[in-house]
Amino acid sequence: MATIQALTPSRSRWRELALLVPAVGVGVYAYLQVGLATGGAPPSDLLMFAGLLAGVGLLVHLVLRWRAPYADQVMLPIVIALNGIGLAMIARVHLGLQGRTRSWDVDPSRQMMWVVVGTVAALVVLIALRDHRTLRRYTWTALIAGVGLLLLPMLPGIGRTINGSRLWVGVGPFTLQPAELAKICFAVFFAGYLVTHRDTLTLAGRKVLGISLPRPRDLGPILLAWAVSVGVLLSQRELGTSILLFGLFIAMLYVATERLSWVVIGGLLSLGGVALVAMNVGYVQARFDVWLHALDPEIYNRDPGGSGQIVSGLFGMANGGLFGTGWGEGYPWLTYSANADMIMPSIAEEIGLVGILAVLMLYVILVLRGLRTAIGIRDGFGKLLACGLAFTMALQCFVVVGGATRVIPLSGLTMPFLAAGGSSLLANWIILALLLRLSDGARRPGASVEATPVAVVSLPPREGVARA
Amino acid sequence: MNTPLRRISLVVMGMFVVLMLAITSIQVFQAGDLNADTRNQRATFREQGRERGPIVVAGEPIASSVAVDTPFAFLRTYANGPLYAPVTGYSSIVFGQTAVERSANTVLNGTAPSLWRQRLGDLITGRQPSGGSVELTIDPAVQQAAFDALGDREGAVVALDPSTGAILAMVSTPSYDPNLLAGHDTAAVNTAWQELLAAPGDPLVNRAIAGDTYAPGSTFKLIDLAAALSTGDYAPDTRVAAPDVLTLPGSSSTISNPAGETCDDGVTATLTLALQKSCNTPFSQLAITLGEQAIRDQAEAFGWGEELSVPMPVTPSRLGDIESEAQLGQTAIGQLDVRTTPMQIAMVAAGIANDGELMTPYLEATERAADLSIVAETEPSTLSEAVSPEVADQMTEMMVNVVENGTGWRAQIDGVRVAGKTGTSQTGINEGTSRDFPHAWFTGFAPADDPQIAVAVVLVNGADPNSEQYSGGQLAAPVAKAVLEAGLR
Repeated sequence: MATIQALTPSRSRWRELALLVPAVGVGVYAYLQVGLATGGAPPSDLLMFAGLLAGVGLLVHLVLRWRAPYADQVMLPIVIALNGIGLAMIARVHLGLQGRTRSWDVDPSRQMMWVVVGTVAALVVLIALRDHRTLRRYTWTALIAGVGLLLLPMLPGIGRTINGSRLWVGVGPFTLQPAELAKICFAVFFAGYLVTHRDTLTLAGRKVLGISLPRPRDLGPILLAWAVSVGVLLSQRELGTSILLFGLFIAMLYVATERLSWVVIGGLLSLGGVALVAMNVGYVQARFDVWLHALDPEIYNRDPGGSGQIVSGLFGMANGGLFGTGWGEGYPWLTYSANADMIMPSIAEEIGLVGILAVLMLYVILVLRGLRTAIGIRDGFGKLLACGLAFTMALQCFVVVGGATRVIPLSGLTMPFLAAGGSSLLANWIILALLLRLSDGARRPGASVEATPVAVVSLPPREGVARA
Repeated sequence: MNTPLRRISLVVMGMFVVLMLAITSIQVFQAGDLNADTRNQRATFREQGRERGPIVVAGEPIASSVAVDTPFAFLRTYANGPLYAPVTGYSSIVFGQTAVERSANTVLNGTAPSLWRQRLGDLITGRQPSGGSVELTIDPAVQQAAFDALGDREGAVVALDPSTGAILAMVSTPSYDPNLLAGHDTAAVNTAWQELLAAPGDPLVNRAIAGDTYAPGSTFKLIDLAAALSTGDYAPDTRVAAPDVLTLPGSSSTISNPAGETCDDGVTATLTLALQKSCNTPFSQLAITLGEQAIRDQAEAFGWGEELSVPMPVTPSRLGDIESEAQLGQTAIGQLDVRTTPMQIAMVAAGIANDGELMTPYLEATERAADLSIVAETEPSTLSEAVSPEVADQMTEMMVNVVENGTGWRAQIDGVRVAGKTGTSQTGINEGTSRDFPHAWFTGFAPADDPQIAVAVVLVNGADPNSEQYSGGQLAAPVAKAVLEAGLR
């Protein structure tokens, strides 16, 4: 006989506070080791480093106690740990370069500043957004904002082309990659759009060969998403963002409609899109060569478009082996972009297979916590949004690490919370805040949900019940 | 919507499993190949980041690692670069290692099996791993004397301890400064490399043991003599045919004596006199009489064709295909296709000096761990019994006569009985250029009664026939004298 245990979520967040201790410790220990190995002494700003991580963790923890007491207690410590490891590696690469000029080198203090900026953004989201369902009001606003952000780098004057990709906007000394923020807007839009249209998408259409095909007019949005992602790819010369946006849409569409046909159509469209682009854009073709024949001398020595970066990453990982060289003992800075796109091979070199698998497990837990939140949430919009945000993080990990390990072609995306780069950090801290807000909604006792009516939203119907 | 959410969770986990498998494959299964890849800079960095042990000569390091503030942590520094370059070679972040830096690489970088105890200690105590040291057999005084005596001429000197085979000097000129190639500035190293490649006289080539081989000329007559005396049918005072001009059998080519001189009475001469005046016709005739096999056997007994490692590989000397008695007659005086290294010629002298017992040449005396405990020591070993002690004694006396009364008089040292043999070999290549000038040779040892040092000298294309100085006796014997004196001091 099955016993159903009613879960009585606790408002106390002691577990999170306890987990923050090792989370801060991991980063501080890494940074201490970096200092000892490269300079023979603890880094001069070790206390500041520890204070930053602990302060950020504690501040968000306190705000959560105040504003989202039922939120998931594991996510924040994981993000603090990832931030710490990332900062330690960025500092390590910076020290390893010893003043050699590399365009991709990032001063660790700059990255620390971005951690603060990201935290502030997360706190603003947590404090200002009392209920995630408010966001549904802004479905179409989010679409406009998302497309606008994607197009921003195309504007003359503020658009910047870095490493051949026109992905940045620059204001003064600051550069931002708006695509990182755009993915949040698209997740909001997709969630709002799909929760409204899921029934038509689910039920209308004919069955062919056991798969129910959607009606042509319902194909509109998916074709639009496809066009946007391919358009981004072509205009900004960037593979990663388009994969990310398209994958996000397909996953959310599948969750909304529960129909595999969408995934099949989406898969075919994305394959077709990639093939189309690969045949027409030289650099994508070069990426494919690099992916398939990275170690061939001809590809390795090709300039530009050679496989030097990815092969250097592979050499680094091989150098790390099972247990790694130890923090500060390897040569990760030999690899181009060792602190951003290639930060995972850098970490794999210094803390080995054991360490990198542990880091990946942190991501697995973070993403699965996000998906668990989606399952627990009562409203369809929240489910879709949580799923979209969690899945985009997983997909981003897959694209980045898969690219570095030659599972798929390399494309320029950054590892959430780890990699150098302000926009990525800012966007992911906002995603964390949204997921925490959503999980608070998911775990808050039912009564209080009903006690907070939202004017615009009527609760979505239960699954399987069609509305007329 | 929860069913698809659960499926998405599974997909996500599947994605991460794929990533974990891919990383495991790279870091565990492909790691060996990737680490061994020649394009892998990290291998170089790993080695350079460790303190490389010194190469030591007579207690003084001639190559050592100095801590520097670059990512490589240690800069390889050569105390007297050009002097020892043929011995140490270089250890470069761009071009890898050569010579002892290469042959003793695992000892110097600390990964040799013999250093296991040191590595275990480093592991337990957490000490920064460091390399072992290699002590060489080189005698700095002999090395310096040879280097100075050669000066800016193109040549090489090898000096051996006849009783052990220890290499006392190995000089090749023009030399180069290995410090130029050991730098951490890749661009500067590449520039220096290109300049050395284009430099006249090929400074990167070690003429003493490798690369070029040279026709030995009259020094090869020692082989003919050893073969003859070893038959028992000849003695130093045996008179052999010594015409002014010898027409080689089955051909119209002729051989005459150096400068067209007459050897004794123009009909016959004793072997002692033939060696003293370095007459050509007696030795050509002698070799033809003894037959190709006797000459070949005797040459191989002295090391011809041997693939030696000292521990750097020595290019094997060769006789070439001797297809007729006429060719044998030319081979007998060290011409035609006979090619040899200065090391090989030094081994001939050393074998005779050591009562006919040829010791295997070696350069590494000891290998030591970082705490200076000896982990390996070279035991002298016999390479071959080149001639009997009796034949060796006879040859020693005849070679002393060469220096006291013959072509090698410029190698005389006051109060010391020096044994020696000169050689001047035509190259027969690049006629009409200075590259066609003969090589000037001298080989010998001293003191004759208790040999301490054996030497071979070559001055490549050093004998300009248009000048007064055109023979091994004139050019190479003084160099040998300087080297022998340094060894006896």
